Amino acid sequence: MKSVGQSIRKIDGMAIAMGKPVYTEDLAMANALVVKILRSPHAYAKITSIDISKAESLEGVECILTYKDVPNQRFTLAGQSYPEPSPYDRLILDQVVRYVGDEVAIIAAVDEKTALLAMKKIKVEYEVMEPVLDFEQAIGHSSVVHTEEDLSCNFDIGLQKDQNITSSCHEEVGDVEEEFKQCAVVVEDVYYPQAQAHTMMETYRSFTYLDHVGRLIVLSSTQVPFHIRRQLARALQISSTKIRVIKPRIGGGFGGKQTGAGDIFAAIVTLKTGKPAMIIYDRKETFSCTTSRHAMRISVKLGADQDGFIRALDMQVLSDTGAYGEHAPTVLGCVGHYTLPLYNKTRAVRFDGKAVYTNKMPAGAFRGYGATQGTFALESTVNKLAEHLKMDPTELRLKNISKVGETFLTGHGVRLGSSSLDRCIAKGKELIGWEEKFPSRDVGNNKVRAVGMAITMQGSGIATIGTASAEIRLNDDGNVTLLTGATDMGTGCDTILSQMAAEILEIPMEKIIVNAGDTDTSPYDPGSYASSTTYVAGAAVVKAAEELKGKILEQGAAFLEVTLQDVEFNGSGVRTLSGDQEISLAKLAELTILGRGNLQLVGYVTQGCEVSPPPYVAGFAEVEVDRETGKVDLIDYVAVIDCGTVINPNLARIQAEGGIAQGIGMALYEQVRYDEIGKMATNSFMQYKIPTRKDVGKVRIEFEESFEPTGPFGAKSIGEVVANTPPPAISHAIYNAVGVREHHLPITPEKVFLGMKKLI
Amino acid sequence: MQIKLTINDKAVKWDVANDELLADTLRSHGLLSVKKACDTSCCGLCTIWIDGKSMLSCSILSVRVHGKKITTIEGLPQEAEEFARILSAEGAEQCGFCSPGFIMSVLAMKNELVNPTEEEIIHYLTGNLCRCTGYMGQLRAIKTYLGVA
Amino acid sequence: MFTITDLVQPENLAEAYQILTDKRNNTILGGCAFLKMGKKQINKGIDLTKLNLNYIREQDGFIVIGAMTSLRELETHPLLKENYNGILPKSVRDIIGVQFRNGVTVGASIYSKYGFSDLITAMLCLDTEVELFKGGRMSLADFLARPLEKDLLVRLWIQKTVRQATYLSFRSSASDYAVLNVAVSKLDNHWTIVVGARPSKADIAFGASEMLEQEELTLERIEEAAQRASEELSFGTNTRGTAVYRKALCKTLVKRGIMEVAACKSN
Repeated sequence: MKSVGQSIRKIDGMAIAMGKPVYTEDLAMANALVVKILRSPHAYAKITSIDISKAESLEGVECILTYKDVPNQRFTLAGQSYPEPSPYDRLILDQVVRYVGDEVAIIAAVDEKTALLAMKKIKVEYEVMEPVLDFEQAIGHSSVVHTEEDLSCNFDIGLQKDQNITSSCHEEVGDVEEEFKQCAVVVEDVYYPQAQAHTMMETYRSFTYLDHVGRLIVLSSTQVPFHIRRQLARALQISSTKIRVIKPRIGGGFGGKQTGAGDIFAAIVTLKTGKPAMIIYDRKETFSCTTSRHAMRISVKLGADQDGFIRALDMQVLSDTGAYGEHAPTVLGCVGHYTLPLYNKTRAVRFDGKAVYTNKMPAGAFRGYGATQGTFALESTVNKLAEHLKMDPTELRLKNISKVGETFLTGHGVRLGSSSLDRCIAKGKELIGWEEKFPSRDVGNNKVRAVGMAITMQGSGIATIGTASAEIRLNDDGNVTLLTGATDMGTGCDTILSQMAAEILEIPMEKIIVNAGDTDTSPYDPGSYASSTTYVAGAAVVKAAEELKGKILEQGAAFLEVTLQDVEFNGSGVRTLSGDQEISLAKLAELTILGRGNLQLVGYVTQGCEVSPPPYVAGFAEVEVDRETGKVDLIDYVAVIDCGTVINPNLARIQAEGGIAQGIGMALYEQVRYDEIGKMATNSFMQYKIPTRKDVGKVRIEFEESFEPTGPFGAKSIGEVVANTPPPAISHAIYNAVGVREHHLPITPEKVFLGMKKLI
Repeated sequence: MQIKLTINDKAVKWDVANDELLADTLRSHGLLSVKKACDTSCCGLCTIWIDGKSMLSCSILSVRVHGKKITTIEGLPQEAEEFARILSAEGAEQCGFCSPGFIMSVLAMKNELVNPTEEEIIHYLTGNLCRCTGYMGQLRAIKTYLGVA
Repeated sequence: MFTITDLVQPENLAEAYQILTDKRNNTILGGCAFLKMGKKQINKGIDLTKLNLNYIREQDGFIVIGAMTSLRELETHPLLKENYNGILPKSVRDIIGVQFRNGVTVGASIYSKYGFSDLITAMLCLDTEVELFKGGRMSLADFLARPLEKDLLVRLWIQKTVRQATYLSFRSSASDYAVLNVAVSKLDNHWTIVVGARPSKADIAFGASEMLEQEELTLERIEEAAQRASEELSFGTNTRGTAVYRKALCKTLVKRGIMEVAACKSN
């Protein structure tokens, strides 16, 4: 293949690397009003009075809005396909504030100084209520986070708001209790994966204005332009035909930008004032007033027979969704969806989960989307099971993992179409030097080195819900335009989708113009999340390209006055099989559009997502632990990946390395923490430490390709699955080094140290 | 207050407020490669050169660069592009938001260190955070750029 | 959001001091790295650029460091690499990044008396004096013990000796503030053990330091001294670590520090 499988430079790579003005803030009008948000200092309170008169009278203040000024229509900021599973539980501004940082007033002024001065002059009085801060105490707490009557759901998600339960789910096949009784070895444990911050380098931002026909134009750093449009339409109570959302280049998302943040505030200012407006969340707001990964408590119980076949699996989850329910039911479900099918010798499986409201910043979508948390819990338990079975943990996996053609107990009969997970495990063992290094060895100076491992899966798109449309047009000059709603957030999908189109059309990349992420011009695509883009949007592009190719052949045959069977397309034109006649693509395009064709050739396909084939990773960590301090140095991390066919090896590798680094951060360094009144204590990079280049050690990526029959060129997803293995693999390595099983992430030196003390 | 300075080899006179930070001043004059991402002087995205030294433009009062020579990536089209080309061939710009500041640090390192070891490279660039790439691809690009193994 | 009404660049120290003490909210501007994190309403920001306080040089048997010298200059200056086993460069090298250290000044780092300071811990185990415009010259230890009073830190004087020294910090991640930091030095048979980021500001473990002077250093003796250091100093709890953990780290880091310095001698 000429394009697919090649490490082609991102089509926007040089522009963004060289700092060209292509991001939201760069493109905004210089005279845009500056929008700032007055936020609640209380975790749970009711506004009893709010006086904006002094602020409003300041020169340069254009508009100040409070809960009295916004539509009384609840909505969700979760960027999900309609009907959204997330509850409609928020207003643009509410009289009740539910976490420290919740919005109280929107201020728009001519400049930042004036806006901040105005903010100071707003006088608010609150009736402070007792907050729910500990998510394990949320159910049945005397305080109820959402009491409002008009909170609604599109369908039953198991919400019991009086109990602070946002959603519940339960799935059970077989008799788990009975199977446990039959098992030779049963192990169980409770795990606490923490809230993690996305910390994309470009914070949340949105620029809005009214265009020449009075439509609201929203330039947003978002992963989900179409969802933002729908969200704004509902929240602002205007027709979505009045809204256009455009996604420029964006500086990272990691799922964070699958949830709205700020768009609504800039938009309402523009609607109220008629003026351009821009909101930029500062780093503190990005940390403390948007979303994080859901903190969870996960109990896992595993039973195996004497031969090491896992027969029964029970998982119970409590998920902290914070003050609003963005992504609460779906992240909860994915804890099980993307972990339980890893193992397939089970006779009984049970999953039970609840997401609860608390008075903290909402949780939301974050790369891995529940799978990350579930993988930490399940894989840690599998490692423990291996120890109890006295089996090598890699062997235990190889014995139990799902194989191609198999179905899974809770998998609704869907057969696994592709997997090279067994090869991933074997390759990873070899690369890390498992045979020599497992479990540990003393390296002197009170230091121990050890290895650990874990496996993981994710999906590729959302089965039965995911969709993507793609359009490819043959332009009058013989070039093509690819229109897609997929949203490149730095990941490179504009490039890899072009690679796929180029491959099918047999044309060079330079002949393809990509137009993406604009609700006015792009065909519908839910956006880039749920590991969808390569698999779902990719398939749409492939089919659209094939359709266009078919039309080019038809048209070529017509122009050459031969039958369709007599022509072939070779990228530069259509010619007869005998080779005696040929029409170039440029000529064909010209004649088609400008001449007697009267028909611009277009391939246009809407691709559904019937199944969600899992990509896999086998992750291996080597750590060095200082017995005297508990310090863990990550020496080496090997991840071997099955993402089906690798469309662009370099971009896939970077995605994988970045995901692993994020997982390393989750394993060792990062944690969203709150103080005793519910104020976030980790609201800057000084307090919330993401890994620097000194903290990640060496990360090595290998691909073990499989071929996914339902995927474009055999491809599956890669974006999320790569984030999942570090917490359990590193935790395993630390256990192998010093005998400390730390179930509360992150595993800080102090925890390791205190754990070692307990062992003495 | 009016300051006189050299921006990318061009002498300019700018009016700045006493509490204006250089990153904002630069952006307001169209030097949009300068990104801000932390508000706490620790991410490195706003890295520019003052008299050839890499500095955080988000932490410097504009009034204090009076008489100085400022360089942003816009002022180093050839040098920066040479490295950017290697970086993006590796795919290691990913979202690109941290790239301009990162590249300014890499070029400063090249001017300052002779044949740096891998450890020295990592140490020199620790102040440049990146959330996308996990740093490995950046390191590969630097090694290619410097011609070290 | 901070504000600065006026920016002044005094021509001499007296003028700078005059402006500084003129009004409560007149402030010396150091590297300004922390300025924008606060909400200071500064009347006059005093920029010391014109006072030529950016230097590292030898003078009268001292190494003299001007207040406006950047941490990066401290890190790379040959004089400091060559003396005291390079303890000063070593102490600042993990502070954020090069571009940060290029901006942050030695004077502000010392004058702020931050508990987490790496530099204060290292300087305190050397024979360091602080020169204040009004307060004059005093030992760093005395300076740290003084109540905060508006003054101008002009320069630091470090006695040039063959003192052997080392610096160790324990960080949960590479660019984080230290959970604990330790500096150990030895001149002739006189030892100085300093522990900082406890999380309160650095202090000398006098008892432990003295213990090392008395007899030949055995591992046992070193461990006893380390134990003593962890007992004679107080430790507190903050988000980076508990008092219990800091105390344990103190013992380990002091032991390692002593061993490193002891090894210097034998070389």
